[in-house]
Amino acid sequence: MYDWPLWEVFIRARGGLDHRHAGSVHAPDAHMALRHARDTYTRRLEGVSIWVVRSSDIVASDPAQDYSMFEPAASKIYRHPTFYVLPEAVDHM
Amino acid sequence: MYTTELGKVSPLQDGAQEDPERLAAFETRVAADEFVEPKDWMPQAYRRTLVRQISQHAHSEIVGMLPEGNWLTRAPSLQRKAILLAKIQDEGGHGLYLYCAAETLGTSREEMIDALHSGRAKYSTIFNYPTLNWADIGAIGWLVDGAAIMNQVPLQRTSYGPYARAMVRICKEESFHQRQGYDLLLALAKGTAAQKAMSQDALNRWWWPALMMFGPPDEDSPNSAQSIRWRIKRETNDQLRQKFVDATVPQAELLGLTIPDPDLNWNEQRGHYDFGAIEWDEFYAVVRGEGPTAKERITARRDAWANGAWVREAAAAFEAKRAARVAA
Amino acid sequence: MEYSLFRALTQLGDDSLILGQRLCEWCGHGPTIEVDLGLSNLALDLIGQATMLLDYAGELEGGGRDADALAFHRNAEQFANCLLAEQPNGDFARTVVRHLLFATYASALYEALTASPDARLAEIAAKAVKELRYHADFAADWAERLGDGTEESRARMAEALDWHWRFVNDLFHDDRDWAACAARGLVPLRQSLRYGFERDVSAILERAGLALPRKVWPIVGGRSGQHSEHLSVLLATMQVLPRAHPEAVW
Repeated sequence: MYDWPLWEVFIRARGGLDHRHAGSVHAPDAHMALRHARDTYTRRLEGVSIWVVRSSDIVASDPAQDYSMFEPAASKIYRHPTFYVLPEAVDHM
Repeated sequence: MYTTELGKVSPLQDGAQEDPERLAAFETRVAADEFVEPKDWMPQAYRRTLVRQISQHAHSEIVGMLPEGNWLTRAPSLQRKAILLAKIQDEGGHGLYLYCAAETLGTSREEMIDALHSGRAKYSTIFNYPTLNWADIGAIGWLVDGAAIMNQVPLQRTSYGPYARAMVRICKEESFHQRQGYDLLLALAKGTAAQKAMSQDALNRWWWPALMMFGPPDEDSPNSAQSIRWRIKRETNDQLRQKFVDATVPQAELLGLTIPDPDLNWNEQRGHYDFGAIEWDEFYAVVRGEGPTAKERITARRDAWANGAWVREAAAAFEAKRAARVAA
Repeated sequence: MEYSLFRALTQLGDDSLILGQRLCEWCGHGPTIEVDLGLSNLALDLIGQATMLLDYAGELEGGGRDADALAFHRNAEQFANCLLAEQPNGDFARTVVRHLLFATYASALYEALTASPDARLAEIAAKAVKELRYHADFAADWAERLGDGTEESRARMAEALDWHWRFVNDLFHDDRDWAACAARGLVPLRQSLRYGFERDVSAILERAGLALPRKVWPIVGGRSGQHSEHLSVLLATMQVLPRAHPEAVW
């Protein structure tokens, strides 16, 4: 029997923090998805702001392509501060 | 990301051979306690086992609303009514978290609900027992939620990411469930003779079914080894059951209640309680849907879903009209 | 002198209690689990309001009764809730219409009560009004979706409106005790809220493609204990344990 489409729910726990993925809900439309997200994921004051987005609208990277997507970053160690060995006197830099 | 691409069937069908190289890489990752995420490659048997386990867990949360709901309209104080309603509502929420986690494996909630309603999917046998007096609500919180927590705490580190994350949330929220049950029974323990009798009656009826919640003994649980290797399960049925008995016996003493097991004894040598034999014939009968209230439970769920069909269709039709207006 | 305020508070408290009790009956049986959780949230708000209002009523009365004593140890004719609140849930359309009518009325009423010179009542109202506005929006959202959804849902909504509309006069009835409190400026006259109510409800119904039902013969009685057949059955269930064990503490 018919069920509503799936929406992903993102919640900002308090001011100053990013929205974080909390889970998903089924809802007939965006407005009701917000209501359902509130009733499902913020029963204990877990949030001050909610985003919802249709699950089918999310584009995700393919884990099978991990090596080409993310591994190139692994060799660029000069992007990290610890790459540079400085004299002790200025090492707090 | 929990996003799922429903309906997309993996090219590898059941019964087909898994690629041994991929399988070995997968086993290594899981053995190293790495998390598996929805779009990662996984063996078909792993996917199937997880869908079965997570959806059973979700169904149990949803069906589990019914025996407690039976006393919601008769809760004897406004505070107990609010507490019970909040608890049952949490269970509905936990069912939702778990359906979401299972949906990431490519099975829609509709399919899972349909499997429940047609009797293909199972749920925890405990909810096929009736709630006959108010103390049953306390006993469910104390024993049933207590047993569930023992099962669930290790699952926070289960290998499948969405399942583990759902369990973290669930365990955090459930910490009040067992306490409220015990608190309810403490009030009865301080109460009248009739109230104390209610508690003992509830313990007499819920004790054995609670022990059965951990599942068949290890020697009759053929898939346990594989599930433990895959980190879908983290301790065996018998280990968890023993842990539960050891924790619960002193709690019963504090309530002034007698556990209905003449063979229950502290074993100094083992450092654990010995307990009597469980009637597994009853367990399998209840699994088959022959429990005292199994028919009522499943009928209530089927009716709720069927009676809600027009509501779900109406809201979808409303949205379709709105979308059409926007497009026009 | 405080008797009329005691009565007014039981009217408010009983509305929340009885409607909350009705919503409890939905638990585990909603059209989807998400809606089930939503209905439980409404019920939790109402039970909380009832507790605060009836505790205050008991304190004013000065006879040692608290919210539980008032909820579980009064008979149907001593309850002062409106007739609408005690009506059975019916299908989801009837529940939505009942809630739309009640919450639209109650959110306006509690808005006014936040300005009551009775500080305790104003404080309770300040908490309740936020909850009830959400209730009114929740019900309006559903009224719109069901009214303008399918043929079947529209027919069910029209039937539900027709079913509940006869209780609207009772909802706005200012009985002697309420009028006495209004004369002291503690509460607004309910009749003064009726115009705004009809305007708001018609606007929602219009968006939903539904119309306000025609005028009907005014039934009243809830405030003075003249209830429908349903209340004593509801109370028999709700009160069974405290009545069977009057000396027990839970």
